[in-house]
Amino acid sequence: MKTALFWIFSVAALGGAVGVVGNVRNPINSALNLVVSMLALAGLYVLLEAQFVGLIQVMVYAGAIVVLFLFVIMLLNLRGSGTSGAEVQPLVKIAGTALVAFSGLFLVRVLASGRAPWPDVDPSYGTTRAIGEALYTDYVLAVQLAGVLLLAGILAAVVLAKKRID
Amino acid sequence: MATSTVFVALFIFAVILLVFAPVMTWVERKQSALMQDRIGANRAEIFGFKALGLIHPLADVIKMITKEDTIPTGAHRFIHLISPFIAVTPAVISFAVIPFGGSYEMWDAKFSLVVADLDYGVLYLFAIGSIATYGSMLAGWAGNNNFGMLGSIRVSAQMISYEVAIGVTVIGLFMIFGTLKLSEMGVLQQQTFRVFGFMQYLGWVAPGTKWIDWITLPMWGIVLQPLPFFMFMTALMAENKRAPFDTPEGESEIVAGYFIEYSGMKFGLYMMGEWIEVVVISGLLAAMFLGGWSLPWLPEKDLIAFLSKPFGANIANLMAMLLAVHVFFGKVIVLIFFQMLVRWSMPRFRYDQVMNLGWKILLPLSLANIVLTALGILIVQEVTRA
Repeated sequence: MKTALFWIFSVAALGGAVGVVGNVRNPINSALNLVVSMLALAGLYVLLEAQFVGLIQVMVYAGAIVVLFLFVIMLLNLRGSGTSGAEVQPLVKIAGTALVAFSGLFLVRVLASGRAPWPDVDPSYGTTRAIGEALYTDYVLAVQLAGVLLLAGILAAVVLAKKRID
Repeated sequence: MATSTVFVALFIFAVILLVFAPVMTWVERKQSALMQDRIGANRAEIFGFKALGLIHPLADVIKMITKEDTIPTGAHRFIHLISPFIAVTPAVISFAVIPFGGSYEMWDAKFSLVVADLDYGVLYLFAIGSIATYGSMLAGWAGNNNFGMLGSIRVSAQMISYEVAIGVTVIGLFMIFGTLKLSEMGVLQQQTFRVFGFMQYLGWVAPGTKWIDWITLPMWGIVLQPLPFFMFMTALMAENKRAPFDTPEGESEIVAGYFIEYSGMKFGLYMMGEWIEVVVISGLLAAMFLGGWSLPWLPEKDLIAFLSKPFGANIANLMAMLLAVHVFFGKVIVLIFFQMLVRWSMPRFRYDQVMNLGWKILLPLSLANIVLTALGILIVQEVTRA
């Protein structure tokens, strides 16, 4: 059951990722493929007993960030005005091909290395409580720094937006 | 999966889809008629039986299924096809984590009256709710209609804004109960606390005063967090896009908004989705703020112990279970009525008013609530330690 789900989610994640870059005609299709990829990744996290991370993945990435992407695409009405392959610079093309080839090789090596057993973890692993305890004891500095960073980002966004209104 | 879980899942599915959603179309018509001094639905009949207009939901379904399904020219056919399903699925599956009763053992079988008792139940609901945005948003875009487009821009902005408010308003409650698990919250809410207990700590009353122990309140979410209850309900209703928050549909401005290009049962699915969400909202509010499946001042453990003496443990558990289901759905029905009352009493907000309410009122208030709740928890810890 778990293995079957793993394959379904993996194929969906990879297929979605290919769909994101493959859909040069319609940005909405790309965004929707991104949603599929994000949801499949969330499924993989849940399979790895990291339910909290999986749910946050759905809530933040699939539920908020890609919605904002779609919102912007709709607002700017980018229907059918994507860049076609001809306008891409040759250097970018070569770099892209090399990256894809490298990742493909890596994927083949991982798949050939045999099947690792499913993790056998205790039930408290990956729960909200365990993550909260880790975040607010061992990693509290990192959490605070991330908070400051986000605050700076919000303030910058407000300043930029306000300048345009004024 | 145990057989009892399958039974519980089928039960809740049947209750929500086959009882609540269709009957609510009738209730809504009758209630609005009552409020506006009309008679309401009373025309549909089978062999002369009108049953107070209860035939109308049936007539609606027949109409919607047999109606022509139009796809506008220039529409994105696939997205136009799947959007209604994306919209209705989250609504249907979200009731899975809401407990409508505790856990009961009888005749060697164990019944937990919740389909999936997840450790992160509330987060699951928020995650599912955030996915629901796509159904409405894509619908307006896929139909190749400018009104639909305006609707879907409004719906995405509104739903993202209120998701923030929904998440932040209930943090205070999580801090008090220390859990995201809805069934645990239900059990914790069966406790009571002494309203004037602090007077003992301050030394205002003589030690051993009796009356202090008598005046108690149940530890329901609405008692501990009264303002967040209303803020949470407001945010949830805005997320559901029903009047007074129905700017994405706004008939007088953008005709029907995001589902303008849908006819027949696909349109019906949007309506179904909204009604099911009304039930889910009521269930969530009942489980988090209104004590879930328990009656106030009556912890379920005591009730079962009390009933076990004359009837035996099996019958006592069965009785407690039936009572729990009735109490829970009773609360749900009251909350549904309340939501309909709001829907038929308030005019539609202007779009900028909706946005202001979300970002400038609900969000700051709920952030303040987190700070105040933290202070309150510190004080209570101090008092109870003494």
